[in-house]
Amino acid sequence: MSLAHRIIPCLDTDGERVVKGVNFVNLRDAGDPAALAARYNIEGADELVVLDIAASRDHRPTFLETIRRVAAELAIPLTAGGGVANVDDGRAILRAGADKLTVNTAAIRNPALLTALAAEFGSQAVVLAIDAKRVGNRWEAFVRGGSVPTGMDAVVWARHGVECGAGEILITSMDKDGTRSGFDCPLTAAISRAVSIPVIASGGADTPETFLEVFREGSADAALAASIFHDSIQGLGALKRYLGENGIAVRQTG
Amino acid sequence: MKIALVEYGAGNLPSVERALSHIGVESLRASTSQALVDCDALILPGVGHFGALMRSLGERALVAPLREAVSRGTPLLGICLGLQAMFAKSDEAPGDAGLALFPQKVSALPPADRLPHMGWNQLRRSRPSRLLEGVPEDAYFYFAHSYAALDAGEAGVAFCDHCTSFVAVLERKNVFATQFHPEKSGPVGAQILSNFVRQSGAKG
Repeated sequence: MSLAHRIIPCLDTDGERVVKGVNFVNLRDAGDPAALAARYNIEGADELVVLDIAASRDHRPTFLETIRRVAAELAIPLTAGGGVANVDDGRAILRAGADKLTVNTAAIRNPALLTALAAEFGSQAVVLAIDAKRVGNRWEAFVRGGSVPTGMDAVVWARHGVECGAGEILITSMDKDGTRSGFDCPLTAAISRAVSIPVIASGGADTPETFLEVFREGSADAALAASIFHDSIQGLGALKRYLGENGIAVRQTG
Repeated sequence: MKIALVEYGAGNLPSVERALSHIGVESLRASTSQALVDCDALILPGVGHFGALMRSLGERALVAPLREAVSRGTPLLGICLGLQAMFAKSDEAPGDAGLALFPQKVSALPPADRLPHMGWNQLRRSRPSRLLEGVPEDAYFYFAHSYAALDAGEAGVAFCDHCTSFVAVLERKNVFATQFHPEKSGPVGAQILSNFVRQSGAKG
């Protein structure tokens, strides 16, 4: 008996529609979030993440409606985020039906936001999202959808984020994102070693072997992917069977 | 049959309502002491902080009415923080008294594994359970917490191991509770809610 490793499909949206792109650019439409959510709920996803990657203030009501539509399809946990800048933003996302919220840019600018969110909603509801890129012999945290470097070491930031109140870390490798060349195991392992909270690996998902790698070598607690699931390149059931056969504790479904 | 969700200004009521609706059960929200009298079964959902929950119940003058409902025999299901609220006190808020349906306390999980305990885990059953009827032994349930009751005497019917052994399901007469979230636990979670509703029907 042990905690299962989670497989988490991610819906990157422009607030309303699922979009996808490589390395955060060249976005194209990939479907209706509620329809995809319904499919993943049945196919055995352990959790779902829905992000507003545009995160413009004007579209916020649209995104909240998207969260409501997605939550209505799920009997599994939902994490939502994108542009969360204060406690009120967080409350709106949780009220719309999310169980957890992600925070990224605003937390780097003001780490006390993590403390405020954790005090209000509990650490278990606060996911610190970090977009990291290899720079020299370390990883640097980027903000604003990966467009702005912060000069901050991603591992150091992760550790500080935990001290401030984050309950989980979603680490996205910008070098791997959209490439389908495997997760960034060294980055994930470095983050995982640095913190005592669960770590979700993101960026580079491809074959079942890449998931096995990030659980074994990256010490990830969960792995997130988007396009391989949206495009039906990889089925959730087959992926989990493969992981189970290779000694990874997963929740088998169906 | 009227199933009421205790509304105290927090908690994740819509997801519990949706999960009940999916199994064909309509629920209403109870935020006054009278509403707790006017129902056949009660659900106390909960996310967040033990102290905040107890203070919210206190501000709405729902603590004594909840205890009275239990004494009258109204079936009550506590979920996550709702389970923890049933105990006398919690490490999370040492100054705030719980509902004290159980004399033991809620403890911070020792940091032997990653915390919060977040994700899907299995149960170890120690006594026959009405909530777990028809649920496969190896089923996974969704947990998200850092505090737990390590002991509930005879009422502890299933346990989970993460950092240490803690109470995952408790049952005593008309009082039921789960540390995991049945409303987030897929088909097996729906089975738990069905079992509670069926127990409530048998009772009322």
